[in-house]
Amino acid sequence: MSANQQSSKAMNQNKGVVGQPINRVDGRLKVTGGARYAVEYPIENMAYAALIGSTIANGRIKSIDTSEARRVPGVLHIMTHENAPKLKPVMTNPAEGDAAGKRVPLQSPNVYYSGQYIALVVAETLEQARRAADLLRVTYDEQPPATDMDKERGRAYIPKQKVAGKPADTTRGNPDAGLSAAAVKVDEIYRTPTEHHNPMEPHATTAVWEGERLTVYDATQYTYGVRHAMAATFGIPEENVRVICKFTGGGFGCKGTVWSHVSLAAAAAREVKRPVRLATTRQQMFANMGHRAETEQRVVLGATSDGKLTAIIHEGLSHNSTYDEFVEPFSKPTHMMYACENFRASQRLVSLNVGTPTYMRAPGETSGMFALESALDELAYKLNIDPVHLRLINHADTDPDEKLPWSTKLLKECYKTGAERFGWSRRKPTPASMRDGRYLVGMGMASAVYPVNHFPSSARVIIKQDGTAIAESSTHDLGTGAYTVLTQVAADTLGLPVERVRVRLAHSDNAAKGETYQAILTRAGLKEVEGDFDMQFNDRQKTHSSHSFGAHFAEVRVDPDFGEVRVTRATSVFDIGRVMNMKLAESQMRGGVVMGIGMALMEETVIDKNSGRIVNRDLAEYHVPVHADVPPIDIVLLDNFDEYASPIGAKGAGEIGIVGAAAAVANAIYHATNVRVRDLPITPDKLIGKGALA
Amino acid sequence: MFKTFGIRWKEMNSFTYKRAANEAEAIREVADNRSAKFLAGGTNLIDLMKMNVQQPSELVDINRLALKKIESIPTGLRIGALATNSEVANNKLVQEGFPVLSEALLAGASPQLRNMATVGGNLLQRTRCYYFMDTAFPCNKRVPGSGCPAIPGFNRIHAILGASEHCIATHPSDMCVALAALDAVIRVEGPKGARSIAITDFHRLPGDTPEIDTNLQPDELIVSVDLPSSAFAKRSGYLKIRDRAQYAFALVSVAAALDIKNGRIEAARIALGGVAHKPWRSTEAEKVLTGAQSNAQTFKAAAEAALRGAVPQNHNAFKVELAKRAIVRILNDVSGRRVGGAA
Repeated sequence: MSANQQSSKAMNQNKGVVGQPINRVDGRLKVTGGARYAVEYPIENMAYAALIGSTIANGRIKSIDTSEARRVPGVLHIMTHENAPKLKPVMTNPAEGDAAGKRVPLQSPNVYYSGQYIALVVAETLEQARRAADLLRVTYDEQPPATDMDKERGRAYIPKQKVAGKPADTTRGNPDAGLSAAAVKVDEIYRTPTEHHNPMEPHATTAVWEGERLTVYDATQYTYGVRHAMAATFGIPEENVRVICKFTGGGFGCKGTVWSHVSLAAAAAREVKRPVRLATTRQQMFANMGHRAETEQRVVLGATSDGKLTAIIHEGLSHNSTYDEFVEPFSKPTHMMYACENFRASQRLVSLNVGTPTYMRAPGETSGMFALESALDELAYKLNIDPVHLRLINHADTDPDEKLPWSTKLLKECYKTGAERFGWSRRKPTPASMRDGRYLVGMGMASAVYPVNHFPSSARVIIKQDGTAIAESSTHDLGTGAYTVLTQVAADTLGLPVERVRVRLAHSDNAAKGETYQAILTRAGLKEVEGDFDMQFNDRQKTHSSHSFGAHFAEVRVDPDFGEVRVTRATSVFDIGRVMNMKLAESQMRGGVVMGIGMALMEETVIDKNSGRIVNRDLAEYHVPVHADVPPIDIVLLDNFDEYASPIGAKGAGEIGIVGAAAAVANAIYHATNVRVRDLPITPDKLIGKGALA
Repeated sequence: MFKTFGIRWKEMNSFTYKRAANEAEAIREVADNRSAKFLAGGTNLIDLMKMNVQQPSELVDINRLALKKIESIPTGLRIGALATNSEVANNKLVQEGFPVLSEALLAGASPQLRNMATVGGNLLQRTRCYYFMDTAFPCNKRVPGSGCPAIPGFNRIHAILGASEHCIATHPSDMCVALAALDAVIRVEGPKGARSIAITDFHRLPGDTPEIDTNLQPDELIVSVDLPSSAFAKRSGYLKIRDRAQYAFALVSVAAALDIKNGRIEAARIALGGVAHKPWRSTEAEKVLTGAQSNAQTFKAAAEAALRGAVPQNHNAFKVELAKRAIVRILNDVSGRRVGGAA
């Protein structure tokens, strides 16, 4: 048991099970295969679908010859734009545009990106469907694709939608005057590549029609969105659609919207009048399920000689598809991160022949904080001020953007605790001054931030005469432990032991006081009793600004000959409000840091500039960290009840772990090598021959 | 007799599966069907079949053949073609007499893959060139004459030595780089009898026939790899540079072997991985090393010699310097190792 878990236990020992590091309630189901995922429900009379992707990135389909494919035994249906039913476009997230792509596939011969679905085959078996898919003969009128953001920058445009709730161009104070007054400036360009979520479970759907009622077993982070989308697409009432997702095998954002394969599976099921199962391939996931858009970010910092920021400018480009709009809001955290009145943000989009980008773990913050926290590090060296101290000098005591007090903010404690545990004081300030044998050693740090987002939610609790309770909500468990945490909340709220609570809930009513549920229900002559609860938030009238905060410290070892970088250890400290389950939350944070290490050192989706095709579209060629890349990661969570953030005191743990982690690693690499790499990932070729690797 | 499982499945990419009881049967079956393939560990072939890169009409499973032994022979060591990568890497005779081979194997793939992959299969690994592995692209190696999109495309992982205007793919194996430094001999059997192929003659440069990876005939079965004992084999090591700590193909790798007496290099072997269409034995580097004093200056001169003819592509110029540095590092390392009590 870690120090965290002990302190949490001490804090909560009189309060119940919330906060306790209990094991996952679904752990046994998962390790025994009892946890069913979207394509694992046994359903009778199932047919199987396979999707076919375009081989060109821009143009029109001239012809699709299905004759050979139709001769494959077992083929039930081949759907192309020539015979697909008309499906209505859907906005699944009308507030900020639609990240999943409102364009419905197979409605026209137009091709917007390579790998776009152009046909679907349904057959008796998966093998038959895939065989027939291989036998489609497609001809195209091909146009040269736009594949290079740099080359297309002349066509950059202002996003039609807001950028994380703000206008694309935002100015506060007078940044130009602030810059003129600055004694020291940093003005650099930072680049982050296209990245893919790559959850273990591929996107997959099983669609079952019974008359005008549709049941969809889907791999999703958004059951209500799927329901809404299916109802709109097929023109049926929402109550006719049931979406089931008992387990999601990871998402990182790509399952947060509704992609077109869900509609296609349902359309196919209606066409063949049988349940249809559709699992996408890993390669299809690279083309069709969104990605973190590449960014080119200019960060300009001005500061007085004693380190006080006088101006911050954060502007640049991210890519978008040609048919939809998604903005990677990298400037979002810069609005509020540091105390500086003079600020300007500006974002532009460049349309390329790629699928529409989407949310990926901490959308905006992850790419934006790489740039901002790298720039802060550069400023610290220019000023000869310790990077931690520079951040303390510019600590925002209130939200400089919203002009509101923070609900809670333990960022200073994050810096302090992190620096102590990591041994930051052992860092020699001069770059390339620390060694371990032949290896260059460096230490770097960065801040982390993520806002508290509110979504309406509801839950139902059924209390049974046998003294057990069932708690229900339409939320999902991505694999992060929602089942467990909701069980803990329900158990504490109802005053029941965890073992007596089945499934999940969020409920504010604290019923039983002294008398057992058995006694209450028996006395009332009831077998069970049910209660509903709806939670709505009114963020327009909020009195406080709520964010999770954190600080990362990383140590790297760099081979001076080859530029191979290994992160040797890391300490990350977070203020995420009240910690619901210390074991799960620590694990969530550690996963975020691992993903940040991947972002810093290896993750990059490469698009062939000539064809527009993604070339490294599997897990052998798209690198994420393997165990050997992951060092001991010391996680500290400052347990902190935030009453303004949420009734339960929590601020949110899902996203923040990755935010800033890549900057901490990049800053450590600079410290180790005296080489500043501003375009991720930092692979050996970007270091060899430079600085201490000359 | 063959055991045949199932029928030709008309509903999928049809192929028959047969399990051979002995070598003669296996060879006869493949000789009779030009699009048949031997199946051993399947770690590469099955993937390529799923991606439609290769579509054999028949798989002849050779896993039951008695080709798994690792044994001493008068001239050195004989490694059966079906010995798995894990078995070879962890074999005492290999570790003591030919450490570079053990090190190279352990630098490759993942434990799960090494438990399945065989020595024979590893010799026949296909390139990891992105364009080869995606049938939406033209590729001279996959469809002769269709073109090479890697040359104008993304070629960070591609060849810097021995490439042609038709193909710049690299051979992905770590094991083969070690074998190239160990003067390995590949023993094969075919319809016309047995023959031996020196490792340096086994793989080919692309030239204008990049579709042909090796000089093995399609109906020839690899039965063993023989490693001659030598002083330099005992003093040998492998260095691999890659984008992550494990489970990544080499950007550059080096197998080095030295026989040093009284500070003088009596014999040397240098082979590079990740730089060419075949494991790249550098006789140029070996010439510099042989007869020279074992010191940093010699190693640097050898590295320069090895890369003298390098022609980088748009995205892989860094490999030239990386390879030079890797050669110097592994020579330093290997020359300093204790071997049989003498350094």
